Amino acid sequence: MSTLIGMIPSILMIVSPILITAIGGMICEKSGVVNIALEGLMGLGAFAAAAAHVLLEAAGFGVPSIWISLGIGALIGCLFSVIHAVAAINLNADQTISGTGINLLSDGVTIFAAQILFSADRTREFRMGMQTDALGIYPTAYIALVVVFIAWFVLYKLPFGMHLRACGEHPHAADSVGINVKRIRYIAVLSSGLLAGLAGGCIVLTQTIQYTSNTINGRGFIALAAVSFGRWRPAGVTFAAFLFGTAQAFAIIANNFPALRVLPTEVFNILPYIVTLVALVVFSGKNYAPRANGKPYTKGAS
Amino acid sequence: MSARKSQESLTTRLLGSDGAVSVLVVLLGFLVGTILVSLVGRNPLNMYKAIMQALSGFNIDNGKMNVRYIGETLNYSVPFILCGFSMAFAARAGLFNIGGEGQYIMGMTIAQVIGLLGPTVGTLHWVLAIIGAMIIGAFWGGIVGILKAKYEVSEVVSTIMLNYVALYLSRIICLQLPGATTYKTANYPETALLQNSLFRTITNNSMLNNGFFLMIIAVVVYWFIMEKTNLGFGLRATGFNREAARCSGIPVVKSIAISMAIAGAFAGLAGGIVALGSFRYGRVLSGMDNYGFNGIAVALVGNNTAIGTMLAGFLFGLLKNSQALMQGKQIPKEITFIIQGLIVVFIALRSAIAIYFAWRNKRQLQKEVLAK
Amino acid sequence: MDYAIEMIGITKTFPGVIANDNVTLEVAPQEVHALLGENGAGKSTLMSILFGAYNADSGTIRIHGKEVNIKDPNVATEIGIGMVHQHFKLVHNYTVTENIVLGMEPKNRFGMLEIAKAERRVAALSEKYKLEVDPKALVENITVGSQQRVEILKTLYRDANIIIFDEPTAVLTPQEIDELIEIIRRLRAEGKTIVLITHKLKEIKAVADRCTVLRRGKYIGTVDVADVTEQHLAEMMVGRAVEFEIEKAPANIGDVVLSIQNLSVADGTGHLKVKNLSVDVHRGEIVGIAGVDGNGQTELLYGLSGLAPVAEGTILLDGHDITHATIRERIELGLGHIPEDRQRHGLVSDFPISENCALKNYYLSPYSSKYGLLDYEKMEEDAEQLITQFDIRAGRGAKTLAGSLSGGNQQKVIVAREIHLSPHVLLVAQPTRGLDVGAIEYIRHRILAERDKGRAILLVSFELDEIMNLCDRIATISKGSIVGIFNQHEVTEREIGMMMAGSKREGGEA
Repeated sequence: MSTLIGMIPSILMIVSPILITAIGGMICEKSGVVNIALEGLMGLGAFAAAAAHVLLEAAGFGVPSIWISLGIGALIGCLFSVIHAVAAINLNADQTISGTGINLLSDGVTIFAAQILFSADRTREFRMGMQTDALGIYPTAYIALVVVFIAWFVLYKLPFGMHLRACGEHPHAADSVGINVKRIRYIAVLSSGLLAGLAGGCIVLTQTIQYTSNTINGRGFIALAAVSFGRWRPAGVTFAAFLFGTAQAFAIIANNFPALRVLPTEVFNILPYIVTLVALVVFSGKNYAPRANGKPYTKGAS
Repeated sequence: MSARKSQESLTTRLLGSDGAVSVLVVLLGFLVGTILVSLVGRNPLNMYKAIMQALSGFNIDNGKMNVRYIGETLNYSVPFILCGFSMAFAARAGLFNIGGEGQYIMGMTIAQVIGLLGPTVGTLHWVLAIIGAMIIGAFWGGIVGILKAKYEVSEVVSTIMLNYVALYLSRIICLQLPGATTYKTANYPETALLQNSLFRTITNNSMLNNGFFLMIIAVVVYWFIMEKTNLGFGLRATGFNREAARCSGIPVVKSIAISMAIAGAFAGLAGGIVALGSFRYGRVLSGMDNYGFNGIAVALVGNNTAIGTMLAGFLFGLLKNSQALMQGKQIPKEITFIIQGLIVVFIALRSAIAIYFAWRNKRQLQKEVLAK
Repeated sequence: MDYAIEMIGITKTFPGVIANDNVTLEVAPQEVHALLGENGAGKSTLMSILFGAYNADSGTIRIHGKEVNIKDPNVATEIGIGMVHQHFKLVHNYTVTENIVLGMEPKNRFGMLEIAKAERRVAALSEKYKLEVDPKALVENITVGSQQRVEILKTLYRDANIIIFDEPTAVLTPQEIDELIEIIRRLRAEGKTIVLITHKLKEIKAVADRCTVLRRGKYIGTVDVADVTEQHLAEMMVGRAVEFEIEKAPANIGDVVLSIQNLSVADGTGHLKVKNLSVDVHRGEIVGIAGVDGNGQTELLYGLSGLAPVAEGTILLDGHDITHATIRERIELGLGHIPEDRQRHGLVSDFPISENCALKNYYLSPYSSKYGLLDYEKMEEDAEQLITQFDIRAGRGAKTLAGSLSGGNQQKVIVAREIHLSPHVLLVAQPTRGLDVGAIEYIRHRILAERDKGRAILLVSFELDEIMNLCDRIATISKGSIVGIFNQHEVTEREIGMMMAGSKREGGEA
């Protein structure tokens, strides 16, 4: 039992970025836009945060460098999500295609920039990442908590949230009462970019010491699955993120159980993806998706 | 007056055609790439020199010709084209197959297994390996199709998950193969290889192999199924309007599963060809080759047609072959990834162009009406 | 005369069509003004311009004498114009209150939503105008009539003085239509100006003061409703004499071809929408299913055609049990289907007419060889014949993409295809929805022709006139079950209306 409790900080460390991204994805989809670029946006945010931190650290910024880098990561994620916003909202493009494009772009841009800045296919290692608190928990866990709370509050307690949800269910109804559907969807997409970038920064500053092309490794898609599995509600998404994150944490936690140490690491690597897949199949929640999800909105085409 | 009118509509039609959009998008991608390279202080001309060399074998800097580059470009094109067809086939049936990567990996893995453990009998050996690769690719794709058709599971997420499962599964399997180290296995017996001695002689020892012919056959099969058969008709109807197809009696669940299976077979074939054509030993993967992901861009640029996808695949093969040359000229090879990503994003331009034309027609009509 | 609404010289074009061509509309204050026209005449477009959903290309709008520029619904709302849409613009999983206050929510000083306050306001409004609704109910759970009242309350919540009703009676039972007419009269008494968009002549005669007629985007004329007959209005609407009742030969009824026994079908969420339904259809007769949308008709047809699984009961076609047969098996056994939603189920818009006509039998000869190779030329040949036979207007003949055809021609393609397959039973749903009068007449004649040839036809329609006109026997469906089956001559519209609401009538079969 005490080993289980001892695992909590590790689990939280792994769950937090997935949760933050998932909440961003949830907000985006609730406004009616599907954002499968979360993976690429996390990558861009992670790279930006890692690069910024290495450079700022070298310049002698000390601890604040970590927080500035995190902010930069979030900002970069937000910036690149503008591409998806323009494509999906203004150009009525296929949202899956534009999302995939950003993922491909992210692969290229991040390593390209690394080549230019560090002459290698990865960022230079930084010396010190985020520090845990007295309980051994990284600040990212608290950040995630705050994100979930703010999202819930805005979506369900403020008029803006009510408008946003209406845009995802019935954009023509929202439009007919004077709600600016495009503006709200923009805000939603950019928020998801911001959160994904933030989450990417969280990953790179807590779980590793540099950014490589393997840093994100599908977590953006796991976050996407968590949105669907969590039926597009904050509580459900949080639960789903914990489920998938725990599966991922298993690779690390497995070391605590002698019986499991015999298995090759690959088995644990596979676990989160299998769990996600099974969860999706068993609990396919397509009926709970916002009705207008993924459909381009054209005025007056009701 | 009417001659000019018909000429105008021809240019308008050409401009609005899908082929033109693809060319435009590719050019735009290169343009942005060029600007980016200059912005970071490198010489974009080097990028184009590298591409030229990969295409023609001709080295502009020293005036020497090496046919091997042409062979390599063609060879690299093969998996791009096949993965492009994988995506295109699924797209014609209304599905977005991002799982090409996983299907490719599984195909490669099984080909490696049969390559190392299969019967060392002349042609039979590699034929078995290739067939095995296609079957496992079909299986890997078929699962996705069934999950989508029966359980409404989004193929976007399920394919990505299966990609990663494939990667780690491949490692688990390949690490058990004879002579396995952390990155390779023992060498294949000669009978497993797809080597073609004629190709080797005329292309100065490039890796171009029989896989090239297999690819051509696959393309013909794709075109034939899609355009000439019952199956293709049903698939196309399902892709355009699944509910209408269902209402007309077309077995939609089966169609979706079959199209994903065929799409998977294409990608699996690509994996098998790369495994036994370009390498002398099996590989224990530590990352993804990305042919599967790039197949997405290939199909989008090629607009899911047979000719278009071949051309697009060739373009990507060309870009890949030029990477090492570029790196040698101080251009980070990732610029090709960026160009490919931009191309996919710019495909969104297609709908923008449609919007533009609709707007133009409307203005035209307005002018006519108000003039009355 | 001081008008409440003046729309002068309004012109509006869309790609390929002139929706409004120099139209003028003048509505007096506190009158109920009907806007009459066929489908596609431009009525909805004109009112959408008034409501700010579209912007006119040219023309002026004056409200109570003052010129206004209504560039979006917000401006329209501020001026006091409200619209009750034909397809309700309600968020299905919000409550009645949330839908009504959306966009104008009461907030406390922290900016947080005050739903309780909103609910009280809604209750007060509902009380004042006698529009019964439950403020806390989820919109997806209330009746269609209630949903419409929510739409009306949305306009009243925003202090609308001018209320536009867009085809409001399409989804109501005869009783609910009476209630709506009462509501409109009450609103007029309260000082509201009402514009009623409709193509239903009876309702215009029942409640409107004056009526403006549009045809193909052009203004035809304005009349005092009391001074004209329905016939006159119909002629203004269409431009020629209109056939109100179809000549029908007496039925020549044979044996049972389709037998539906104790059928139960669930909808997408698992709720039973068809409950223990039984009805038989004989050769040479048209059996009509009368009822308001949402009482199980859609699910009934899904269950019969195979689009949805059957929960309980049996379906027999020519003696074969097709209850669990695949859709293709049913088609092969002779089941034809003209679906309710032609875009969704009837046609593949990206396919040409030739391929659409072959959608159900492309895999059989003569279109398909033994090895699965297709003969596209034969498909084209056959399609060209159908185009001539059914007078389908298609720019490029059989090669025309189905998506570029008009609604009427699309429906003709579907009808042509189904008839060409010589089915034993024809399931027909809403065959004339959204079509112009010419197409409507044509399709109705065709259906009767098939009945005269000896086919068994099951007709589902929400237009009571259509049912009364075409059918030999009429079954009324309410909440998923048949409430009564009567011969055409033995039942009146009023009685069917009451059965739609659930009450049973004596006599007939039940």
